[in-house]
Amino acid sequence: MSEFKLPSLGADMDRGRLLEWRVKPGDVVKKGDVVAVVDTTKAAIDVEIWSSGTVQDLLLQPGDDVPVGTPMLRLADDGEPATVATQPPRMSAPPQTLMSAPAPRVAPPAHAAPPPAAARRRISPAARKRAEELGVDLNKLTGTGPDAAVTIEDVLRAGAASTAVAPPIAAVGAAPISERASAMRQTIAAAMARSKREIPHYYLATEVPLERATDWLARANAERPVTARILMAALFIKATALAAHKYPEMNGFCRDGTFEARSDVNVGVAISLRQGGLVAPALMNTDSKPLDDIMRGLTDLVKRTRAFSLRASELSEPTLTLTNLGEQGVELVQGVIYPPQVALVGFGKPTRRAWVEGNTLRLIPVVSLSLAADHRVSDGHRGALFLAHIRELLQQPDTL
Amino acid sequence: MNTPTRISYREALREAHREALAKDPRVFLIGEDVGRYGGSYAVSKGLLEEFGPERIRDAPLSELGFVGAGIGAALGGMRPIVEVMTVNFSLLALDQIVNTAATLRHMSGGQFSVPVVIRMATGAGRQLAAQHSHSLEVWYAHVPGIKVLAPATIEDAHGMLSLALDDPDPTVIFEHALLYNLEGERPSSWPQIDIERAAVRRSGADVSLICYGGTLWKTLAAANTLASIGIEAEVIDLRVLRPLDEETILASVRRTHRAVVVDEGWKTCSLAAEIMALMAEQAFYDLDAPLSRVCSAEVPIPYAKHMEEAALPQPQRIVDSVKTMLGRG
Repeated sequence: MSEFKLPSLGADMDRGRLLEWRVKPGDVVKKGDVVAVVDTTKAAIDVEIWSSGTVQDLLLQPGDDVPVGTPMLRLADDGEPATVATQPPRMSAPPQTLMSAPAPRVAPPAHAAPPPAAARRRISPAARKRAEELGVDLNKLTGTGPDAAVTIEDVLRAGAASTAVAPPIAAVGAAPISERASAMRQTIAAAMARSKREIPHYYLATEVPLERATDWLARANAERPVTARILMAALFIKATALAAHKYPEMNGFCRDGTFEARSDVNVGVAISLRQGGLVAPALMNTDSKPLDDIMRGLTDLVKRTRAFSLRASELSEPTLTLTNLGEQGVELVQGVIYPPQVALVGFGKPTRRAWVEGNTLRLIPVVSLSLAADHRVSDGHRGALFLAHIRELLQQPDTL
Repeated sequence: MNTPTRISYREALREAHREALAKDPRVFLIGEDVGRYGGSYAVSKGLLEEFGPERIRDAPLSELGFVGAGIGAALGGMRPIVEVMTVNFSLLALDQIVNTAATLRHMSGGQFSVPVVIRMATGAGRQLAAQHSHSLEVWYAHVPGIKVLAPATIEDAHGMLSLALDDPDPTVIFEHALLYNLEGERPSSWPQIDIERAAVRRSGADVSLICYGGTLWKTLAAANTLASIGIEAEVIDLRVLRPLDEETILASVRRTHRAVVVDEGWKTCSLAAEIMALMAEQAFYDLDAPLSRVCSAEVPIPYAKHMEEAALPQPQRIVDSVKTMLGRG
């Protein structure tokens, strides 16, 4: 028997609101199945389960707004007899954790003293202020001051020790777009402020000739129906993913000062939303996908992001982010890394420029390629090799 | 008894009187026993011989009368220094000070000013019992229209008198009875001081100890004890009790995030209460611990020595208060 808990669907998520269940007790689920839809500040997200088994109990009901880590459902593991059908007495006497059943409210006897109000935690005003500035979650702190009060010192210690604590974000209720946009603004603000506070960024940029890539794309697209055409962005994504695979210190998560490289490359693609705000969901296993899959994935991702319908893993699993601001005519991106990732690759607008090759001056399309990387994890030298590799890959588009 | 380079608080005050009397013919001293007896705390000893009975005037035992005379003389263009034996006795003159001296500039639309200086002893510690030992500074600090000073050092004892005489409005100077015998190096020249700012007497990052007058030295002693256990206290000597130097107080507590106010007055409605309110109002988000105060027990100050000591703020109570605040109790 295991409990499936509400996962954090991104470093900046600390609560979620259950919108609907996609499973019911007795259903057999396997790893990766969508079991619920949860509303976060960013989107309504399909939550995938991590393990296989039989759904035993649903512990939340739609509308519940709970912190990350709250048990959502209980699962009888594979091979374990599910008690749903075989042990009906258990259902009739629901376990205490079964929150989906309406909790019986027993009216206290009239003469009983009112239950003691939950003691307000002692958090000094200065500690609160500091925690807000540092993005430290006071709920996770243990106070060491007099009467277990949380003091500035506790906050500073937590701020120094942890890069994993996300600032508290006001949970959004239902989903009026404006409310969500404002909550998203807060979420982005918190994540970006944390990034700039904690991550020693270094920045590199280079110019990438796109003559071969452009020619190759034109030839490839000539044979395709309009709907199957590939955009330059897909080449950028694939080249970045392959380079990230080769330079693992660009690909992974830095948590509590420890870097964990990832063997899979899930490129997060920054997608701006029409009402403002930004989401960077992942194209899973980008490095091993053919270009056509990447293109389809990208189209699908953009559509679903703008419809606020993303899968949990797409939000929690990007291992590095790519941002392409070329559409807006931007030449060079100097990005802010999305914690706990360690690198952000930026592409500007491909433009036709005078390009010197050997002794020849030619007019070719060129794009600015930039990197913002975490200096705790990598150095400029490796960053430079990483960029050079992306550039090289873009010179051999047929290998992508 | 003293080497020439040493000087006491009492002597510094006497020297300040001598300089003021010599410099400005409008200055005179009036009070009970200030002449032949030399002052109840011997501040004016020798001044009668030096300046004569016109300028060092023994007054009858009527605070209301001679404080009123001083206020009248100030209105008439003189620069009187009125000595009242203790703040307890000054209550007899409250009507003159609060209803007359403090109000006349306002009530005359600025036509009259009352440049009187009223000095009085305050505080306990000399077993003089409940009618001679109270710290009622806050009674005066409550009143708009007067300036209230509390010199805690030899330099301030010397320097505040002439600045108070220069002030066109009434000034009350509180001299803690235990400070008269305080001795220190005689400065080669008296430092320039002001009567606007509080003074940081000791710097520290962990807690602000805010005190004045007689409690300064107890607070500094407490700060030394705290330093020996690794707690660095900042000691603020208020110096001016009205108007309060809010800036210095707030800057300190914003730095240390903790404050203990040490005040020999009774806790209820004390000057300490006012300072705590100030910090709560204006530095709330900088506070890392509840504000605290060390005041006198809410009893008439006892006569018996051990009882008197128990009733007053003592260094150990200040130390304990800080340790509790820091969770080191």
